[in-house]
Parts: sequence; structure tokens; C-alpha cells
Amino acid sequence: MGMESVHNTTGTNEVENYDFTDSELIYYVRNALDSTTSDDSSYQELVGLMHHKERLSPDQVALLSTCLKALSGAVSCIDMTCHKDLLSSIFAMSLWRHGVEASDALADLVVSLAVSNGKFVDLCLAMLVRNFMPPYSFMDSLKEPRGLARKAHALSLVHSSLESISRLVPLAPTRLAALVVQEMPRIQEKEKIGQAGALTNIRIFVENMFRLESGPVGALVGSTMLMAVVDRLLDLDLDISWDDILKDESSRGIFEMELEDWEYEGEDADDLEQIIGQSLSRKALSRNASAEQLDALLVLTFEHLESCQTQGRLNEVFSVLLQSFCRTVLNAYKSKFTQFVMFYVCALDPENCGVSFSKTLVDLFCSDCPPLTRMSAAAYLASYLSRAMFLSDKVVLTNLKRLVDWCVEYCGIHGDDCDLNPEAHRIFYAGCQAIMYILCFRMRGIITVPWLKSQLSMMPIETILKHPLAPLKVCLPSVVEEFLGQAKAARLFTVSKTFIFDDLLESELSRAFGGLERLDMFFPFDPCLLKQSDSFIRQHYIYWSMVGKHYANDEQGSSDEEEDEEITVKGNDNMAMSYDDEGVNLDDFDLAMTKMSITPKNHSLIYGYGGELQELSRMPSKIRPSMSPPEL
Amino acid sequence: MEGLVVSEAKLVVVVPPSMSKRIPEAVLQELSFHLFKYNEIFGGVLLAYDIRIDGKEAGVLQDILPHICVSLSGNLLVFNPKPDMLLEGTVVKLTPESIHVVVLGFASAVIVDEDIREELEYVDGRDGEVYQSKYHKHHVIKIGTVLRFQVKSLDEDIIHICGSLAPTGTGSVKWLEKRNMGTQMLDSTKGADGFIIGGMLSDL
Repeated sequence: MGMESVHNTTGTNEVENYDFTDSELIYYVRNALDSTTSDDSSYQELVGLMHHKERLSPDQVALLSTCLKALSGAVSCIDMTCHKDLLSSIFAMSLWRHGVEASDALADLVVSLAVSNGKFVDLCLAMLVRNFMPPYSFMDSLKEPRGLARKAHALSLVHSSLESISRLVPLAPTRLAALVVQEMPRIQEKEKIGQAGALTNIRIFVENMFRLESGPVGALVGSTMLMAVVDRLLDLDLDISWDDILKDESSRGIFEMELEDWEYEGEDADDLEQIIGQSLSRKALSRNASAEQLDALLVLTFEHLESCQTQGRLNEVFSVLLQSFCRTVLNAYKSKFTQFVMFYVCALDPENCGVSFSKTLVDLFCSDCPPLTRMSAAAYLASYLSRAMFLSDKVVLTNLKRLVDWCVEYCGIHGDDCDLNPEAHRIFYAGCQAIMYILCFRMRGIITVPWLKSQLSMMPIETILKHPLAPLKVCLPSVVEEFLGQAKAARLFTVSKTFIFDDLLESELSRAFGGLERLDMFFPFDPCLLKQSDSFIRQHYIYWSMVGKHYANDEQGSSDEEEDEEITVKGNDNMAMSYDDEGVNLDDFDLAMTKMSITPKNHSLIYGYGGELQELSRMPSKIRPSMSPPEL
Repeated sequence: MEGLVVSEAKLVVVVPPSMSKRIPEAVLQELSFHLFKYNEIFGGVLLAYDIRIDGKEAGVLQDILPHICVSLSGNLLVFNPKPDMLLEGTVVKLTPESIHVVVLGFASAVIVDEDIREELEYVDGRDGEVYQSKYHKHHVIKIGTVLRFQVKSLDEDIIHICGSLAPTGTGSVKWLEKRNMGTQMLDSTKGADGFIIGGMLSDL
């Protein structure tokens, strides 16, 4: 074969003596492809040319490029069975490894192969998907400018090739979506290539998934990509065990900390608080590979959502994410972080996405879905409406009204002679607890606006609370206590009966209605414990310290009308404003993350610490600090 | 175009009990799953359906799983290209070695140089890449042209057709129709007056 003679005689002059046209080269390659069964070794030489592992000289790269281009013109002669070796060599090549010209030629060849024969489509797509990630030997150079340039070129080739194939083979995207999900790096991969390598791989892979989602084939594969990313987030989320964290000795202090002691002991205490807060916050998870991956992927997702907002297609992405949330996250057992994807997409578009999310949650709660789904929806709704700074009090009140209406209807159906059975009425108690929890956070803002206050006053909450089903006895004592305190301060209504909870965080009754899943103590939007992700969330987030501050002021001045008025203005519905006005550094909220968080709770924790309940009971805060794992 | 068939069908869809309150949705979901996929049950690729629910009855599948059998009847639009059929599609890419076509917006087809009759030659000229007839200068195949070609084989897995432009009745549909129209007019003219209307054929 003519080309081999060029290869064998590497002298430049001799190469120049040959003047091949493209069609001649294709003719030679076709002959070589036909010679698989004959004694002619040109086919084997062709396979050998594709099978390079060592670094190639410029001449070799030029030869490789020429061969690849010629092969592109001869794809119709390539047979799946006869040319198995050649195909294996081609599909084992990397778009990252060779120079620009060779990579371009390889990408063209892969496209030509895919569109020439239906049998090659899957193989070509799989090869391109594998090229989402660099070869292992290339990992280190990704930090250098040269490596980044190579990455940009390789990925641009991968995506342009995928687009070409999708244009020429319209059904290819359906295969592509499945292949991408199948080729996603496994969580266990870190055991093979190390934590850093695994993190780099999954990051690049997810970057590519988002690129596909926002690209021309996004209309066909976009929803699969988003759902697969959310599924992976959830996998990583569930891979982080609460038990591992709670067993960590360093995390014990969090449960012993008394919030206001820290707050009132001056600067030294602040420093100490910050040190302890930070160390407790992230120490446990900083050692956790899954948490590190999850944090990195959440950041990528948040950035992608921002780009979707810029492109004006956030609503489209939101509907996919909402579907994914309802299908997986909602019913996942106490997902810890993945739900913040929904929180952030809502924060980016409160008027549409934010409102729609809350409406969906209320709809789910009021639907005829299985009880656990409805209870989970109530937990998500309570936590979301409480924590979302971007939601107006009006929106909160609208959703609250639907919850109250449902509970009132439930009370009506069950009359006055029903038994107090937490297990049987668990959905009702979940709804009641959601109402109280939301009001713990939002009552302060609502009562400052007269017409909202009058709407709140008109809601028959008292009817629900005084019903024989006695939600005040069954719901979490800490929530009930805080709620009653605030309701009393706001003169919303009074409950004549005294409830003595002995500062218990939970009661036997609340345990009963929460069931084994402890949905009574699940508040999914408790502070995000992942450092990088939290930096996106915090600006949209209501920390308990923000509410607590107003509450504390309120409590001191509750007997003084004028002072009360002043507090009312400070604690207006625009929490972000008051937050900034007070000049509070956002970083200080690391500590606040430890406050007003109840979920999830480990039984062994409460009972395991035994006598420490005494210390907890001394805590002056109305709602206890986090019983969730220490801030990670 | 050949290969498209509307067939009457009677089907039974098995629905799990969890969907008992949403039978129509479950049925549509099941049928939609089969769209644009080759399925021997339908005798080709299901493109569209117009069905009605005749009845449903509960049962136990293989003595283990409870289920609801939903009987359906209606019309199915099925695409079933067979060798030697003539199909039409839009040209999406031209290379010296091949012509790439998309049929009905979802099926890909390729015609390699060996199956392109010698009359049609590749030209990369001022107007871009085209295949042009040596004998009929107006017979031009370029990107966007609706092409009639003969089916050689079909990869049912991904609905990839291998086609041919060897028969003379293949090529640009626009040109072929003009030629046919010209031939008909020629016949009618011959029959009436025994004359050929000047210039008509030469323009084709």
C-alpha cells in the first residue's frame, strides 16, 4: 500500500516525492480494507497505525491524520466482523491525546462511521461519551493552561461530533441519553483512581452533561441529563451516613452548645463560637469523599441553573427538576442536600418557580398519594416556606391557608369523638406541625402587615389546635412551644391549657406520628452543611438567628407597645433588607447554621447522651440548636 | 411514498393496579413508549395511533402479579420499509463517497458511492457540494433536496436505511416529477397532434 511506503521511509524528501490525491488515498485504504483475508499485510499495518500508545513524532501524527481522513472516505467498506481489530483500535483512541489535526480527523471518522451503518451508531456514541473524560495520564496537566486548551478542544470536538451524528441520525439522541447515564463514573470509582481523580472525572462528566442539556440536542436528551445528575446527587447524598457523622467525637459539642450563652459572652465567645462552629460545621464532611463530590456537583448545578436563567429557559429546566424531585428526592429517606437544587432554582425565579414549587407541595399534601409521600410533602413545604427568603409573606400565607383549610376539613370529618391516635392521623399531625413550623419563622413578618395579619387572624387555626385530636400534644414540643410563645406575643390567640413539655425536643406522641421514618422531625431545608454550596444558598436563606433575634427583642419588649412597634418595623417582611441593614457579615451565618434545626435526629443521640438532656433543658432559646449532624 | 401503512389493530395492554385510576394515561404511556421503535407486533415502526378503549378486566398474570387487561382497538400508522421499496427523504449531507438522507424526520438513510449510478457525479462547485446528472443538467441533488431512493437494507435497531440511487426512477423528486409530467404531456401531445411541444423535454 502506498501509504505504508511513506511510513516506512520517514525521510521528508521521499514523502514529498509522493503526491497523493484524497481519492487515491481512499482507494489505497479501501484496498487495504479488502485485504483482510489475503496475505497482504497492508490491513495489519493500517491497524498498527491506529494502535499507538507512546507519544507520536510530528511525522507519525501527520501520517495518522492522513490515515484517519482516508478511512473517513472508506467507511462504507468497513465491516463490523471483518474489521473488528481496526474498529477496536479506532474506538480505543482518545480525542485528548493527539494533536489538533489528528483529533479533528478522528472526530470526522467517528461521525462518518456512525452515519454509514446503523450498527456503528452505539459504538461511536459510546466512544464519544468516554471522551467526556480525559485519559488518566492527562489528569495532572488539566491544571495547566496547555491542558485546559487541550480540554477545550477535545470537548468541543466531542460535542460537535455528537451534534453532527444527531442531525444525520435523528434517533441517535435516544441512544445517547442512555449511554451517558450508563457511562457516568461510579461512586466506587474513587477506590480505583483515588479521591482527586474521581472528583475530577465526575466534575468533567457532569459539565459535559450540562453542556449536552443546553446544546442543540438538549431538547431530546436534556431532561434525562438533568434527572441523571439529580439521581447522582441523591446517590452521593445517601452515601453520606448520618451515623458516621454522629459517631464522630468532634461533633459532640454541637449538642451541648447553648446558643445564647455563646451570644452573650462577648468577643471571646464569638471567636470561640466561630472556631467551634466552623470546625464542627465542616470537619466531619471535609474528610468525606462523597460530601466533597456532592459539594462540587451542587456548585456545578447551581452554576448551570444560573446560565439557564441567563438563557431564559429556567422555567423549562424547573419543570424537569420538579418532576425529578417528585419522583425521587421527595420519597428518598431524609435526603440531606439534594433538595437545595430545588431551593436554588426557586430562588432564581421566585415568582414562577418559587410559587410553583410551594403549590406543588401543597397539592401533593392534599392529594391521595401514599401517606409517607404526603407527610414528606408537608415537611418539605414547612421547611421551604420557613427558609425561603425570596418568598413574600403573601405567598407564604396563601399556602398556609390551604394547609389550614385542609386541616379544618379533616377536623370536620373526624368530629369531636375521635381518639387521639397519632399513627392513624399522622397526615393531619404532619399538616398541623407544618402550620406551626411555618409560623415560627414567618409570623413575625406577617403580623407587621395589617391586612396579612387580619388574614392570618381569620384563619381557623385555633379550631384545629383545640380539636380533640389535640395536635398541640402530638406535634414536636419544641415547635409547639415556640409557636405558642410567638402566637401569644402576637396576640393572635391564646391557648388556655398549659402544656408542660419539660423542654423535650420530642414526645412519645410525636414519635408515634412520625413513624419509623421520623418524618415528624424532618425539615429538609435546614441549613446546608456543604461549604461551597452554602455560599450560593445563604443569600436567599432565612437562618433561625434572624428570626430569633426579632423574637428575643420582641419578648423583652412585649409589654411595651412602643418598643413592640419598633421591633415590628425591624422585623418586616423583607428580611433581606433588615439583614443587610444590621450590617451582619454573611460569614457569621456559619454559626447561625447551627441554630433552629431539628432534623434529622438520631434516637441514640437523645437517649445515648442521657444526662445531657439536663443541659439541653437549660437552653434559653425557644427552639433548640441543631440536632442534625454537626455542620459539615 | 411506499412503506407507510395504516392498519387496523386490536391490542391488549397490561396495566399495573397502581394505575387503575388512570387507565387512559397508562395506555397512552405504554403506546408512546413504542413510538419510533421497530416492533414486530406492529409490523414495523409505530408512528401514530388512534385508539379507543373497548373494555378492561382484572386478572392475575402468571398466577403471581395482579393486573388489569385493557382491550384496545383502532388504527395504527406504521412505517415498514422493505428492500426494493422506493422511499423519499430530505438530503442532509453530501460527501464524495455518500449521500445522507433523513426520511420522515426520524429515519436516517445513507447511499454510498457504489450505489449511486454513474450518471450522478459529485461536484464541489461555487454553490457548494452537489450531485449532478451528466445527462440532465437540471437534475441536481443538493442539501435540502427531497430524494427518492430504493431501499437496500434496514437496520431495525436504530431505523437506519441503506439505500440506492442505481435505478433510473430514483433521484430528485422535483426533477422526477417534472420529467413524468413532461412525459405525460408528450404522450398526450403525440396522441392529439403527433407533435412534440418544443423545448419541454430539453428543460427537464
